[in-house]
Amino acid sequence: MARISRGFHGRRPEVDPDRVPPGQYVTQDFPVLSAGPTPHTPLDEWSFSILGAVEKPVNWLWDEFKALPSETFTADIHCVTKWSKLDTTWTGVSLDTLLEQAEPKAKFVLAFCDGGYTTNVPLADLLGGRAWIAYEYDGQPLEPEHGGPARLLVPHLYFWKSAKWVRGIELHDHDEPGFWERYGYHNYGDPWKEQRYWND
Amino acid sequence: MWRYGTVTALIDETPHAKTIELEVPDWPGHAAGQHVDVRLTADDGYQAQRSYSIASAPEEPRLALTVERIDDGEVSPYLTGELRLGDELELRGPIGGHFTWRADDDGPLLLIAGGSGLVPLMAMLRHRAARSSEVDARLLVSARSLDDALYRDELETLAASDGVLLHHTFTREPPVGWTGFARRIDADMLRAVGPSPTARPRIFVCGPTAFVERADDLLVELGHDPATIRSERFGPTGG
Ligand SMILES: Cc1cc2nc3c(=O)[nH]c(=O)nc-3n(C[C@H](O)[C@H](O)[C@H](O)COP(=O)(O)OP(=O)(O)OC[C@H]3O[C@@H](n4cnc5c(N)ncnc54)[C@H](O)[C@@H]3O)c2cc1C
Repeated sequence: MARISRGFHGRRPEVDPDRVPPGQYVTQDFPVLSAGPTPHTPLDEWSFSILGAVEKPVNWLWDEFKALPSETFTADIHCVTKWSKLDTTWTGVSLDTLLEQAEPKAKFVLAFCDGGYTTNVPLADLLGGRAWIAYEYDGQPLEPEHGGPARLLVPHLYFWKSAKWVRGIELHDHDEPGFWERYGYHNYGDPWKEQRYWND
Repeated sequence: MWRYGTVTALIDETPHAKTIELEVPDWPGHAAGQHVDVRLTADDGYQAQRSYSIASAPEEPRLALTVERIDDGEVSPYLTGELRLGDELELRGPIGGHFTWRADDDGPLLLIAGGSGLVPLMAMLRHRAARSSEVDARLLVSARSLDDALYRDELETLAASDGVLLHHTFTREPPVGWTGFARRIDADMLRAVGPSPTARPRIFVCGPTAFVERADDLLVELGHDPATIRSERFGPTGG
């Protein structure tokens, strides 16, 4: 049990513990976090691939990707730096739709991005209507600083897993930590269990 | 793992920013550029957490944080206004391994700070001095006014004795008679501060999100390889 901080009362925002994981507070802003400059990839140079241990590697160009069946969905997002944002609305293609075409043969996924960022997610967490490649936020094309033209969105994990500027995923037989996971962040990142850092 | 640090000194850096020096008995050491998470607990169990960069060099005996007061904030007014000598502060860390510089990583170094974004960059310069590193280091600090500029005297000393090339730019109220930069950062300013992209400097940019976005974009436009640029964005709202 933590000791009391003398004289601290806090702002005690009203949060719904069913929607806001422990240690998080709700913000109306949309903070930006990334480890380097924001990449700006022209759409005619953009593609999305599924590679590695798959039956059929797939690659979509921007127009092909935009022609795939899309979904508009609303989700709560939780950043490891303690903010949560409720009821965010996105449009994108479900990973179920994408992975169906590639036929994965392994259980571990490494997402890769413009700018060199990577993050690992178990395949199971991308299936079952729980993950998307999103290209619109609130009905508008996704802004570059928030990961546009497209980002992975896995709202049930901490937001660093929702890789910005995503360009593809690679299927692996072995789990391979991504960028922040190698720098001390938790391999899985469940906000409800506060899996922030390695030993959480 | 959460640890407790005892406040051993509180230093006014500017009218809005304080340095908190902590004695952390089981501190495992850190690299310049890393941060800690600070957790406050109210008497009814309510908790709030925020991240703060470490200002002190790894070589220094005490851990130092420098916190800028955000008037309508939850945590920074407590840390800069309520915390007293002898209080215990709960913290976790060090955290982060990307936004770090060690004297053995060579240079040249280009450090670009907006507001309290100077804190982790200061840890790098203090580390460079503690290790008597002679790596070419340049620092560009953007602050609203002289009153808002952190660590000014120490920076002047580092510039005079340790070969750090120091530039300030004052975006709102440059001091009377000031002949240096007095505007928001732009390409000409970054070109003047150098080094050129051909020198492949290790670049660290830290500050408010909009500042970092701008600085990073300018650096890439000037021809710096994005892979040489590391950035840390502070907030708003803790992220
Ligand atoms: C890795 C990391 C390192 C950091 N290091 C430092 C540091 O060394 N020193 C330091 O002072 N801060 C640092 N910060 C910012 C710090 O974590 C808090 O965000 C800041 O102290 C404000 O917290 P608060 O509880 O007072 O305000 P909150 O209650 O979170 O916010 C109150 C209001 O202030 C606005 N706000 C919040 N943060 C900022 C900001 N940074 N700039 C402008 N407006 C803001 C919010 O939008 C909101 O309207 C760091 C952040 C990160 C992610």
